[in-house]
Amino acid sequence: MESVKKICKGDVRAASRLIRDIEDKIPTAKSKIKKLFPYTGKSFIIGITGSPGAGKSTLTDALIAELRKRNKTVGVLAVDPTSPFTGGAILGDRVRMLRHAEDPEVFVRSLATRGALGGLSHAVGEAIHVLEAMGKDIIIVETVGIGQQEIDIINHAHSVIVVLVPGMGDEVQTMKAGIMEIADVFVINKANRSGAKQLHTELMSMLNSAPASPGDWRPPIVMVGNAFEPATFAEKVAELVQKLEEHYLYLRGSGRMLERINRKIIVEINDALRANILEPIIRQLEESGELQNLAQKVKKREADPYSVAEEIAKRFLK
Amino acid sequence: MPQRKIRVMVAKPGLDGHDRGARVLTRCFRDAGFEVIYTGCHQTAEQIAAAAIQEDVDLVGLSCLSGAHRALFPRVVELLREKDAADITVIGGGIIPEQDFQALYDAGIKAIFTPGATLDSIVDWIRTNIKPRA
Repeated sequence: MESVKKICKGDVRAASRLIRDIEDKIPTAKSKIKKLFPYTGKSFIIGITGSPGAGKSTLTDALIAELRKRNKTVGVLAVDPTSPFTGGAILGDRVRMLRHAEDPEVFVRSLATRGALGGLSHAVGEAIHVLEAMGKDIIIVETVGIGQQEIDIINHAHSVIVVLVPGMGDEVQTMKAGIMEIADVFVINKANRSGAKQLHTELMSMLNSAPASPGDWRPPIVMVGNAFEPATFAEKVAELVQKLEEHYLYLRGSGRMLERINRKIIVEINDALRANILEPIIRQLEESGELQNLAQKVKKREADPYSVAEEIAKRFLK
Repeated sequence: MPQRKIRVMVAKPGLDGHDRGARVLTRCFRDAGFEVIYTGCHQTAEQIAAAAIQEDVDLVGLSCLSGAHRALFPRVVELLREKDAADITVIGGGIIPEQDFQALYDAGIKAIFTPGATLDSIVDWIRTNIKPRA
């Protein structure tokens, strides 16, 4: 397979085209992904998440620079939201990473969520595999600006950075579930702003009150100041990379890496099962008109959705 | 056959910092259902071509109001050709005198939209002329 060979040799065009085929759900993409799969699993995957405007893209840009200083090749998947009204999207993360456009070892690819709700797009999992097969040492996945719940990133990344900014709520806010639980490293970005020390104290308080066993990883907090002071900014980003390296060693040493890899694989298998079993059944029901007939019956209260589903399941399950 | 989304890049080559038109177009393209990669101002032709290939766009829209279009627009087309990506369509807009149109067409720019062109006409042109590969 021509394009598969090219991708394994690092060909950007072939890789981007395959990612496009995955996004557009073109049938030929499946066999290419299958051929690439044996070459995946070797990259270190970093997730970066946080609310809109927290500074994820600017940090990603600086992370790329720092990783390049250490001679690592980098792939980036930057996700932005699709408009629920028009189906279009403004993919504006790349605009913060322009200085790397001509570095042949850096590949930045923007993706739109296309209706997916967990902070990523359905294509991200397979797009990661494409970047892995290209031989990228590090892959950074930047989610959309998220709220409290969109945590799909934990199914894809080995280490997750949660980016917070001062002034976004008090200590009750820091206690709440969701993104606060998924961080392997916290970054307090724009830490030159007022409220930064307060946020740091609240985070420390939250981390201190969490039950922990000896040998557990305690997420460090990196305070990153003004991005417009490049020297200190770069220093802080170097510190961030240091923490990521420490986390990587912790994952390897504690066996947690295997847990994360396992979790990712289970999610991928589940997604593939859904795509291969559930979706074709629903499509069949739609195309034959049966779904509409059943909907009418349910509307007239002659049937209920649960019995309908049970009936159909009996047809397909032994 | 699944329907592909049209992917467009809006870029401003050179030193021109007047980006309001480019931003208006970016929003307009999102509203038309396209995925738009907005790369902002102060791009070199090299950066634009590299980004267009990384993003697998169908179309690059170049905006220039400072008169550098004769130098920069053809350079983007040339670079895409060199990198085996001649199938990416390049169009231009901004402050471009009519007497420059032919030279740009000859250099491979497929359409030019100057002040007065309606947003609808631009979207229609794209819908008619840009077919993402099958």
